[in-house]
Amino acid sequence: MANKKLKRLDLVFKDEKDTESVLKKTFSRSNADVINDLISSGLKGRGGAGFPTGLKWKLTADAKGDEKYVICNADEGEPGTFKDREILSKVPHKVLAGMAICGRVTGAKKGFIYLRGEYRFLLPGLNEEIEKFHKLLEKLDCRFRVEVFTGSGAYICGEESALFESMEGKRGEPRNKPPFPTTSGYRGKPTVINNVETLAHTYSIFKYGPEKFQDLGVQDSRGSKVFSVSGDTPNPGIYELEFGMTLQKFVDDFGDGDTKAVQVGGASGFCVPRKKFGKTIIGYQGRLQGESLPTGGSMMIFNSSRSMYNVLHNYLDFFVEESCGQCTPCRVGTQQLLLGIEAVKKGERSSSYLDKLLELAETMRVTAKCGLGQSVANSFASIVENFKEEMIY
Amino acid sequence: MSEIINLTIDNVPVSVKEGTTILEAAKKINVRIPTLCYHQDLCVAGNCRVCVVEQKGADRLLPSCAMPVSEGMEILTNSLKARNARKHMIELLVSEHRADCTRCYKNGNCELQELSSEYIIGEDGFIDLIPYKEYTIDHYSPSIIKDDSKCIRCQRCVRTCNELQKIGALAVAYKGKDMKISTFFEKPMFEVVCTNCGQCINRCPTGALTEKTYIDRVWAEINHEDKHVVVQTAPAVRVALGEALGMEPGEIVTGKLVAALRRLGFDSVLDTDFTADLTIIEEGNELLQRLKKALVDKDPDVRLPLTTSCSPGWVKFIEHAFPEYLDNVSTAKSPQQMFGALAKTFYAKKIKVAPENIVSISIMPCTAKKYEADRPEMRSSGYKDVDYVLTTRELALMIRQAGIDFASLPDDDYDSIMGESSGAGVIFGATGGVMEAALRTAYEIVTGREVPFKNLNITPVRGMEGVREATIKIEDPLPEWKFLDGVELKCCVAHGLANAKKVMDAVKAGTVGYHFIEIMACPGGCLGGGGQPIPTNEEIREKRTAAIYREDENKPIRKSHENPEVIRLYKEFLKEPLGEISHKLLHTHYRARNRY
Repeated sequence: MANKKLKRLDLVFKDEKDTESVLKKTFSRSNADVINDLISSGLKGRGGAGFPTGLKWKLTADAKGDEKYVICNADEGEPGTFKDREILSKVPHKVLAGMAICGRVTGAKKGFIYLRGEYRFLLPGLNEEIEKFHKLLEKLDCRFRVEVFTGSGAYICGEESALFESMEGKRGEPRNKPPFPTTSGYRGKPTVINNVETLAHTYSIFKYGPEKFQDLGVQDSRGSKVFSVSGDTPNPGIYELEFGMTLQKFVDDFGDGDTKAVQVGGASGFCVPRKKFGKTIIGYQGRLQGESLPTGGSMMIFNSSRSMYNVLHNYLDFFVEESCGQCTPCRVGTQQLLLGIEAVKKGERSSSYLDKLLELAETMRVTAKCGLGQSVANSFASIVENFKEEMIY
Repeated sequence: MSEIINLTIDNVPVSVKEGTTILEAAKKINVRIPTLCYHQDLCVAGNCRVCVVEQKGADRLLPSCAMPVSEGMEILTNSLKARNARKHMIELLVSEHRADCTRCYKNGNCELQELSSEYIIGEDGFIDLIPYKEYTIDHYSPSIIKDDSKCIRCQRCVRTCNELQKIGALAVAYKGKDMKISTFFEKPMFEVVCTNCGQCINRCPTGALTEKTYIDRVWAEINHEDKHVVVQTAPAVRVALGEALGMEPGEIVTGKLVAALRRLGFDSVLDTDFTADLTIIEEGNELLQRLKKALVDKDPDVRLPLTTSCSPGWVKFIEHAFPEYLDNVSTAKSPQQMFGALAKTFYAKKIKVAPENIVSISIMPCTAKKYEADRPEMRSSGYKDVDYVLTTRELALMIRQAGIDFASLPDDDYDSIMGESSGAGVIFGATGGVMEAALRTAYEIVTGREVPFKNLNITPVRGMEGVREATIKIEDPLPEWKFLDGVELKCCVAHGLANAKKVMDAVKAGTVGYHFIEIMACPGGCLGGGGQPIPTNEEIREKRTAAIYREDENKPIRKSHENPEVIRLYKEFLKEPLGEISHKLLHTHYRARNRY
């Protein structure tokens, strides 16, 4: 079995105590050089959406405004994801350094960590770390400051514009886009909002240079990724792996020998059945061969004892609850999908009703206001299409 | 300078200013994109997704109300993809809506119903969600019924209440499937800061927010043998009623209104404009008395600025939001309530009917008037001064129920004793009207001369600007008003409660030195009231405004103090402005209320 193992990396979690030298080195370079390094590293957002991080920083740096913000999105709410918690407890200084550098190059003087309500227990340690970090910044004559803002447990607040609303004391509801955060984010000011892991990666990029990062991964998916592995696996936990592996290799390494499907990317991600493991590549959509699947890191493994109907039911239950309720497709669509599969299962509606629901899911994908409603179709369609008989019988 | 953006909509080229939305651009070339959460008076929400359109080459559809145009865009408003999605949206909203249309008060006047019919929402749609939901129907308020089962969560009401009116009575509560529009701790509307202004009703696309109707009770009273039913009509009704009966906005229908009321069976058809003139006498004298106390007697307790009190939405707003300024509110009752108090005293005596047999009905552009009539302060005749208040919309419904062809009715005149009015009384229906009417009278009382404006039109206080200021310098007054010589009377007019709040915040901060403030709770004044025909928007309100000023100009008498019936009322009954009888019947005080 040993030869089947994927290479474990140790870039994110390596406990490097050289924040000061990394900051000094980066601060001494021009903002343009720093941003260019980030762009050429190929780093993309690790929250799941995969927006090029360097470009995000550049857009915010170029945006007009004397008040700008850097926000670390630590509202890790996707079912099956727990890697940001680990990063914040093990290597918070890397995240903080990434934020300070981002502040430096974009002109932001203030940073916030939006901490998921359920992660409140991390707060004392985090605040201690921030205090230490502020002392270091003072020493380096940097006026950037970081504060933690704790959420209250709504999944939707992980959506960037809903997160801003929440921070502004309003109801966590996504905004219309445009405008995008890079020009109008928190308090309507240009804002960089990055996932915890993304910021931790910038630390390595600034420390080792973009080339080392680029050496990892494939084509449009550079670098490593921290995965949260759960479900029917003998080895649940957090693993840093290289981008570009096939799902088959992943299952060979982490599965229990009876893996029926893997849910890649949590409830809002895709369900891949056994027959597609071989041609599914974990990475951002781009010029990869086969079907590529992006992920915020959640890998849920299901073996043949699991009912995919129950899995889908569980996800839909979650969405019905966690939709903010603002837009029609998400608020009502999620309820219809849930009641719809129940009705088919109970025989109250014919199996052809599933086709109507698939059409609805597609409509939700193209009409919902934010990523939440848009991505319900991912799990819905991939489970219904691949496990149709389980939906009916 | 904003740039010009070129795009095509349904293959028709269109050039618009940068920042224009797709919806607005489509309107320019007469392409109608269906909408539900969009409303011209409100900020864009983009939450119903009914207005989605396809952009060639883009995977996702775009919400046309929220999406600004960009260069070279090729928009298809009616592609199969857009149509299917739009139909899905309507089907979803219907599945969440208690589509009990035949029993619904808004049947035939519902935007969701219209769209469902347009897009042929069949019976084999999605699962009806209503049986799965717990919903409440709040009918405790005397003005507004809120039925959550009809709500489609477009949040027009929330935006109306929070942005247009800055009241904050309605808000979004809960999330996901439980998301709903609610109040502070889900209390009934009448227990919270709701001012009953009804602006939410004007903008609700379905039957989720409606006025509480008293039509059947009024029919019963009309048909009651022993009762003498007196009806009064507010100024703003005559410039809007036609809209609800198939006419264009801006038509004056005063004569037809009177004729219709008589046909419906009301015994006396009288005019609120009469008591509007009376209000001017009482309130104008109150202002002058306060100015005298402040300037001559140096009374430290006198409260200025004086604010108007005709708008019950505004009165309830100040009771909640600025209770410390309640003594600044004129003690003069609103024209509706003055009328009610006189109907069961002075008028009853005149027509020799026992007051207990008088039923006093008012036709108002307003839902807050229903609440006002129910206030405990409004029983000074010894009875409930105004028994039932109907909105303009309810009257239109009664006219239709009676089978009256409104448009072909011949014009008729109001009955006498309390039916005569001046142009000053008419303009009460427009923002700035009370101010203008008061100035026409007060200036003349003080100087013996007409206000120095061409044709008596005090244009600085007119218009649609949210807050307007005007200063009138008093020169060469009559001997008894010598103390006002050279005084610059500072006036302010605000309409819509968001603007009222702005003005009151400024008063509180001490940054303004007004003497007199007119505030109307509704945008445009009463003509934009919560009881007026739906739809409403700035264009419609402007047409009604123009009609009101036309009506004023057409009146032979333009000043309240020259209304012969008002003069007779003082001579025979009230004796003098602010006198003893006035105090008993026509003046009152209000009270502080909770802040939620």
